[in-house]
Amino acid sequence: MTAPLTHLQRLEAEAIHIIREVAAEADKPVMMYSVGKDSAVMLHLAKKAFYPSPPPFPLLHVDTTWKFKDMYALREKAAREAGMDLLVYHNLEAEERGINPFDHGPLHTDMWKTEGLKQALTQYGFDAAFGGARRDEEKSRAKERIFSFRTASHGWDPKNQRAELWNLYNAKKKKGESIRVFPISNWTELDVWQYIQLENIEIVPLYFAAKRPTYEWEGGLFMADDPERLEKVLGTMPEITERSVRFRTLGCFPLTGAVESEAANLSDVIQETLLTTTSERQGRVIDKDAGGAGMEKKKQEGYF
Amino acid sequence: MAQDSVYQTDALIAEDIDSYLETHQHKTMLRFITCGSVDDGKSTLIGRLLYDSKMIFEDQLDALSADSKKVGTQGQEIDFALLVDGLAAEREQGITIDVAYRFFNTEKRKFIVADCPGHEQYTRNMVTGASTADLAVILVDARKGVLVQTRRHSYLCHLIGIKNIVLAVNKLDLVDYDQATFDAIVAEYTEFAEEIGIESFTALPISGFRGDNITTAPSESTPWYQGPSLVEHLESVEVLSQVAADKPFRMPVQWVNRPNLDFRGFSGLIATGSVKPGDAVRALPSGKTSTVKSIVTYDGDLDEAIAGQSVTITLEDEIDCSRGDVLCVADNPPETADQFEATLVWLNDEDLHVGRAYWLKLGTQTVSATVQQPKHRVDVNTMDELAAKTLSLNDIGVAEVYSDKPLVFESYVENRTLGGFILVDKITNATVAAGMLNFSLRRSQNVHWQASDITRTHHASMKNQTPRVLWFTGLSGSGKSTIANEVEKKLALMNRHTFLLDGDNVRHGLNKDLGFTEADRIENIRRIGEVARLMTDAGLIVLTAFISPFRAERRMVRDMLEGHEFVEIFVDTPLEVAEERDVKGLYKKARAGDLKNFTGIDSPYEAPEKPEITVNTVEMSPEEAANYIIDQILPLK
Repeated sequence: MTAPLTHLQRLEAEAIHIIREVAAEADKPVMMYSVGKDSAVMLHLAKKAFYPSPPPFPLLHVDTTWKFKDMYALREKAAREAGMDLLVYHNLEAEERGINPFDHGPLHTDMWKTEGLKQALTQYGFDAAFGGARRDEEKSRAKERIFSFRTASHGWDPKNQRAELWNLYNAKKKKGESIRVFPISNWTELDVWQYIQLENIEIVPLYFAAKRPTYEWEGGLFMADDPERLEKVLGTMPEITERSVRFRTLGCFPLTGAVESEAANLSDVIQETLLTTTSERQGRVIDKDAGGAGMEKKKQEGYF
Repeated sequence: MAQDSVYQTDALIAEDIDSYLETHQHKTMLRFITCGSVDDGKSTLIGRLLYDSKMIFEDQLDALSADSKKVGTQGQEIDFALLVDGLAAEREQGITIDVAYRFFNTEKRKFIVADCPGHEQYTRNMVTGASTADLAVILVDARKGVLVQTRRHSYLCHLIGIKNIVLAVNKLDLVDYDQATFDAIVAEYTEFAEEIGIESFTALPISGFRGDNITTAPSESTPWYQGPSLVEHLESVEVLSQVAADKPFRMPVQWVNRPNLDFRGFSGLIATGSVKPGDAVRALPSGKTSTVKSIVTYDGDLDEAIAGQSVTITLEDEIDCSRGDVLCVADNPPETADQFEATLVWLNDEDLHVGRAYWLKLGTQTVSATVQQPKHRVDVNTMDELAAKTLSLNDIGVAEVYSDKPLVFESYVENRTLGGFILVDKITNATVAAGMLNFSLRRSQNVHWQASDITRTHHASMKNQTPRVLWFTGLSGSGKSTIANEVEKKLALMNRHTFLLDGDNVRHGLNKDLGFTEADRIENIRRIGEVARLMTDAGLIVLTAFISPFRAERRMVRDMLEGHEFVEIFVDTPLEVAEERDVKGLYKKARAGDLKNFTGIDSPYEAPEKPEITVNTVEMSPEEAANYIIDQILPLK
């Protein structure tokens, strides 16, 4: 008799099933690709779901122009290797107004990411968008369905979610409405890391510790990925020091806190993750607005 | 907090991460739910499990401590419930509204726990959480014993098919760990469990707040308890996917993978059983058989795949198979049917509309379906079966479900994937009900379609014609049979192959057992429709002459047939004219009250709304009407 499936095998099979359901039932699906480790896992699962065909949908990166250089490099490579089209969307208004993480605080996330995402989905007419969010990340995510229905204005109504039974997903919607789909909802941070290790998935080198130019800003430690631009926006050049650092999550470089670390390979990173005493999103500024309900509020407004 | 052996020790992670990962990699996964009444301490128990397995981080704990003091219900102590109640409305009201999924690991397993709301108004959310669970932990407050909610939740868990039930008698610290209290609750629950058909359950005395018998057992406070701790029990029960692997092979096809002309793979998640290259398989509903050529994955071809795996299967033969079909073991296929008895859980604010068409999704099959008037609904608090005209939000009832196309299915008890379905409103797109198929209503449907090599297209082309059903409808005495007879004679002269079905050749044989009640009249038409369909399969042009007074039944026959085969011909004769003619003297009898349920007199005639052809017998002679009909239906090739 065959051995029972391991938890990672079951999670993988579940995610592939979800991705195929969307491809079969949505008119115009798209895969959100943020170049982070969760996106990397999701993309890998999409490749597996349709092998030997390439995934039958494009990748969409809603860019803020403030991502790390390493992320832009991997983005192009990953899309090419998967045989998928890569769409990059910039919110033109944010670009024109020069919205940046230093001068505009929460508006930066709102304009570039929330508004940018809504504009991109509306412009291309995508009716289903895959996202790499997990339920263990944050309290309101823990309550979200795998197929998360959004109104025509992209809002989420947490009190009126569709019942989601067994693995039967209701993908019916009216014109203009859309569905956000989270194939790795049931994965934990450890599962993601272990899967990356087992499947040998390429991730951005920033997840591994290396000597990098860093600066301190408002109590946090950040990487000076583009010092010239930093100086232009800040009006002054912060003091830059070489430190051995890595990142637990990746976003805009001025918003993503670095941690001092010597973990230079996957085993060491996982070890550090397991022994750490703070949660993964702790380095992210976005969850802390509006009391305990920051993410829930953002999602109601249309954030992923 | 003492760390127990069931959890990963920091020491192992620190000393030998690779061997820790090796262990973790081979863990199995158990999904369970916690349920119970509002203050039974569900969220506290989950908080405890997360805390003990170190799934709560320092920053979350800090936030929790602050929140506990602000809105917590545990005084200065940490209120774990705040950790799991994630929505703003939940935190404000101090209740659980929606299912929250949480994760933790022990040395042996990864766990996904769904924290389900207790209130009756959130039954739908509880059913959602229960549908994917291998096990249910039903919490009872030791001070309160088995409550109405305990019964309701147990019933729902049993209904959704959860085989592993744990009765966790919680807050034992508040009754001084009294064994007699525990025993009394277990005795009461045992009686109730037998009543509703729960075959076995495991009872545990615990305190989620104090941590007794959660990770290790027995706790010093309960020396009288000899069984396992909650976590030990969770680590040892058999998970659903293991059970599914021992059943016959079934895989609903999700997607046909065609990267090029040389590759055609059928992708899906294996629902039950296992499959190997060389296995004989059958595609349903077509019934065609073939042999598995390969099981293709990104990581290379597999020698075997089992229930729970997502794979792509290629076959030796080119057979017709697409999304919605089911690949199964050739000699033991599931049934195909279009009428079922099902248990429904109503999930929507808008009541069930009996007879309205909803989308029904089962596995990867989506069909249009109607629900008949419920046979009964169940009072979830008393388990009484009550009469019901409809089903409202959170109601559970049993009703017949008719689908417009045959579904490949198994009973829910046998196979969750091929027996569980959802109903979706066609206008709002809301998921309005969850259903579990009990059995099909017609045993004849258990007969598998024998895929014949001479297809209906062959039959029709040999006769050099296009099959049609010319369905004449109209009042008694309107002239249906006369006109149909004329039409058939003219078609015969044109060398068309025809057959006329009318009251004389049907009522005396096939339908001799049927009377004239509404139910019998519906069955009469259904059988005629089925016969007409078989005759079109044989390539014939079928003419039928029946009053067929109800739109729904004519619609039913129309739906049985292919595209444009059904030609509805309304023989339009006003009642006065038909009654005046009264060829068989039937109107006279009906008026005198000697003939009951006579159409036009004491039973309604629903005229067609959009017939393909209308003939007015006041203006046309039967000959003219027949010529007109022939003109409309030609060329029939």
